[in-house]
Amino acid sequence: MIPVLGLVAGVVAGLLLQPTVPVPLQPYLPIAVVAALDAVFGALRAYLDGIFDDKVFVISFVSNVVIAALIVYLGDQLGVGGQLSTGVIVVLGIRIFSNVAAIRRHVFHA
Amino acid sequence: MPEPKRRSLRSALTSRPAWGQALVAVLLGALGFAAALQVRVNDAEGVYPGARRGDLIELLDSLDAANARAEKQINELETTKRELQTSTTATQTALLEARREASTLAILAGTVPARGPGVVIRIDDPEAAVSAVTMLNAIEELRDAGAEAIEINNSARVVAQTYFAVSDGTLTIDGAEVRPPYVIDAVGSAATLSVAVGFPGGLQDEVQALGGSVTVEQTDALDVTALAEERTPEYAQPAP
Repeated sequence: MIPVLGLVAGVVAGLLLQPTVPVPLQPYLPIAVVAALDAVFGALRAYLDGIFDDKVFVISFVSNVVIAALIVYLGDQLGVGGQLSTGVIVVLGIRIFSNVAAIRRHVFHA
Repeated sequence: MPEPKRRSLRSALTSRPAWGQALVAVLLGALGFAAALQVRVNDAEGVYPGARRGDLIELLDSLDAANARAEKQINELETTKRELQTSTTATQTALLEARREASTLAILAGTVPARGPGVVIRIDDPEAAVSAVTMLNAIEELRDAGAEAIEINNSARVVAQTYFAVSDGTLTIDGAEVRPPYVIDAVGSAATLSVAVGFPGGLQDEVQALGGSVTVEQTDALDVTALAEERTPEYAQPAP
């Protein structure tokens, strides 16, 4: 329950406070969000599999975000930031789809 | 199999808070915050603030290319404009030249009045002894001295086609009778024209020998108002 409340609180805060994103972070924010989404869906699947662990989730969440941002940063330094961020989005998207497929099988048995 | 899992999902929503759960909640909150923020930034600020450097450079390059194309077009149009202006100027110059030439020719042809310095020569001929030959000689002397426009008695303009004749003892110029005293208006250098009249054996001597007298008056502004008939050549055509 509390995690869901945290999610709702975060969305509401983001909508109400309307802070600005620092310019250097702007290219990384969307990637970080997608990476975090991957971690969340992975956690949900693990939970439904009965193997969820707080520590694992926290570590996977943070590492996902950091690694995704690092990859994009490295790509920017190498001059292939656009392509690399597309690649990261594709990979994370595939993972999210597979996680969601597993969740769907758990919830709907289909 | 499915039953315990459904229960576990329900229990997840109702389970007691723990530090781990709180940490998960914080992370999810951060995720929601970031997602909402990103969505809002995308909506509010358009494409450019969030765009990467490479994309912006590409965009800038395409704008530069478009700019260069537009500038090239401007240059071409300016060149065309200059060419058109040049040709217009050339046409105007030619027109001006033609007008000047036309006015020169009009003075020579005697179709327009002329004004300038010159001499007024008065020939008194009480015995009517001045012949067409004498008058022609006088005109030739004046032409030799550079007379540019000549009229006689304010009625006969002397031009290239002018002829002198005597009919019934009266001098005629271009078929029109002219009676003494004859007054010749000649536009040209006044001093030179006076000399042309007065040199020994010239018009003055000739007329005095015939019993007449000649007076020459120099003037700075002489109007030659008599006009010659405008003639279009009937037979002569410009040779190629």
